[in-house]
Amino acid sequence: MAVKVKIPTMMRARSGGEPVVEGEGTTVREVLKDLEGRYPGLTSGIVTDESTLHRFVNLYVNDEDVRYLGSLETPVTEGDTISVLPAVAGGASIDR
Amino acid sequence: MSTPNFSEEQVLRYSRHIILPGIGGEGQRKLLDAKVLCVGAGGLGSPIAMYLAAAGVGTLGIVDFDRVDLTNLQRQLLHDTDDVGRPKVESAVDRLHGMNPGIDVVPHDTMLTSDNAFDIIGQYDIVIDGSDNFPVRYLVNDATQMLGKPLVYGSIYQFEGQASVFMPGKDTPCYRCLFPQPPPPGAVPSCAEAGVFGVLPGIIGSIQAVEAIKLIIGKGEPLIGRLLLFDALDMEFTTVKLRWDPDCPVCGKEPTVTELIDYELFCGLPSRPDDAASAAGA
Repeated sequence: MAVKVKIPTMMRARSGGEPVVEGEGTTVREVLKDLEGRYPGLTSGIVTDESTLHRFVNLYVNDEDVRYLGSLETPVTEGDTISVLPAVAGGASIDR
Repeated sequence: MSTPNFSEEQVLRYSRHIILPGIGGEGQRKLLDAKVLCVGAGGLGSPIAMYLAAAGVGTLGIVDFDRVDLTNLQRQLLHDTDDVGRPKVESAVDRLHGMNPGIDVVPHDTMLTSDNAFDIIGQYDIVIDGSDNFPVRYLVNDATQMLGKPLVYGSIYQFEGQASVFMPGKDTPCYRCLFPQPPPPGAVPSCAEAGVFGVLPGIIGSIQAVEAIKLIIGKGEPLIGRLLLFDALDMEFTTVKLRWDPDCPVCGKEPTVTELIDYELFCGLPSRPDDAASAAGA
């Protein structure tokens, strides 16, 4: 089952510059695992070493936050879009 | 309903609002009576402050401790080449008064900190976040929640931006419901490191100005419980749902953060010797 995953600019260095990639799987976790196989390092900014979502990154299946669905076990089907949304501050340097 | 009571100059200056169904004389009066604080006089703060000044927001506070740098001018329209080296709030006041001498522009040439945030924010009805770093974002979020003020949020990165409206109180989400924790220091490169598309803050800041005006005049559907995402390269706007987190430490059922904290420490940065966070424009 192919699902589209939108990659934010910040993470595109690890998706070969691609803004949208396709992943196989029936849950968010499976799709991320599939992507990690083809784009090593891509998901390290999304999930922790303990395989939970980082608290400064949100994942949406279509327009719904997966935290309010089934987190990484949220089922996905053909035609769904997963969007990755990292926290960004914008502007000048944080370490002055 | 109070009579709008405009001067002749105001009738002409704001005529396109006054004849506009949805704003009218009554909406324009609300704008003139409004007190709005813009955090940051940078990329986001420029369109925010300029559109609100032009629209006749009667009291417009600007807080920024920074000075104008040549690298700012690619996107920060409040400042001119001749302003390089001046405090940003000074050149902002000049620009905004030039645009509209009929409003009160209040410069706060200081860092927004846990010590002064209540004093400064307390003087305004609505706060707009045009800041550029995580400590200030969390400070502004927490302070507005605690003081019961609406916060218009915007943030940018390279070619992408986000905007939302965080209302105080329970049942509606705040910034901490969206991102409970900041990324570790260094995980998100700054604009100085990563670059930023100059027009991007113009778009996101203009959206923030729209949302602030909607809140003031009480029209339309503000971005409450929704997060607007913009991608300039794909030229795509998308909206995702934002939910109130009952476990949110600030706006949840049983808040655990009930006073302002050390936001540098919270963000994994060394504490400032005197205080917490600082405000500079994105």
